[in-house]
Amino acid sequence: MFNYEKRLQYPINITQKNPAAAAFIISQYGGPDGELGASLRYLSQRYTMPYREVAGLLTDIAVEELSHLEMVSTIVYQLTDGLSPEEIKAAGFDKYFVDHTLGVYPQAAAGFPYTAASFQSKGDAITDLYEDMAAEQKARTTYDNILRMVKDPDIIDPIRFLRAREIVHFQRFGEALRIATDRLNEKNFYAINPSYDKVPGSTMPDFTCPQKQSRPLMPPTGDNMPCCDQKTMC
Amino acid sequence: MMSQFRSQEQLLHWIDMVSLMLVDLTEYLDTHPCDEAAIDHFNHYQSLYKKAMREYADAYGPLTLSTASPDKVWCWGLEKNPWERRNS
Repeated sequence: MFNYEKRLQYPINITQKNPAAAAFIISQYGGPDGELGASLRYLSQRYTMPYREVAGLLTDIAVEELSHLEMVSTIVYQLTDGLSPEEIKAAGFDKYFVDHTLGVYPQAAAGFPYTAASFQSKGDAITDLYEDMAAEQKARTTYDNILRMVKDPDIIDPIRFLRAREIVHFQRFGEALRIATDRLNEKNFYAINPSYDKVPGSTMPDFTCPQKQSRPLMPPTGDNMPCCDQKTMC
Repeated sequence: MMSQFRSQEQLLHWIDMVSLMLVDLTEYLDTHPCDEAAIDHFNHYQSLYKKAMREYADAYGPLTLSTASPDKVWCWGLEKNPWERRNS
């Protein structure tokens, strides 16, 4: 379940209206690499993630993405709140206004509404984690592009924060991918789908490394990488 | 006890900082579950977070329902929403 905290993850207080900036920043709300897609991607993928700590990471990052979703929509709201019809027309915001007035609606910068077609939940641990790493980079690039176009420090500051978090999440998903591949056949990560081919009656040969299946609890190695697997630890 | 924070804004800023440490450490510990130094950090920031959330709720109203203690009026829904500008 989820609980609400009545605050933003990072403060946003934009004093200058800027509908032109809102019209492209909204892409990180409902666009192809936006925060709505990010949170739904991880919330959807976690069920078939066979490694409990990786499913936990998907949950924790998805929750942070929901906080980012709220930040991006707050930026859009503050940039457009109180606009006059003249300001709307002068900034080219009229095409948005005619459909939504100043309501915040999840759409891409190019105007198409949010679509789940921009992400996958493939039911394969390796496939999904590669998608997640790519997704974090795509979001980072989008924030780079926003930073290339805005000059207002009130906007730049929270966008920089969001950009930095994408880089952290990319790092975490990279570690998650390593956790996943460490438990597969090291000569061929793709021999089986660990999310599916563990089921009884599967016709796929089980190439999973038997030693790693029963790997004992190892002492900390000092490199901070996971030293134990879920079964033996909890 | 006198608060070390002079204003609501300062206390909220402190909560933002401490909470970000918790979010970051949570995600780190998900992939590094045996890093004892990180666990010590987590426990440190967790106690700072709980204390600050309690202090904020007592002085300015709850940020979460778990720190709400309604008396005669249900203020939760009347409190400022996070997307409102600072001076609105």
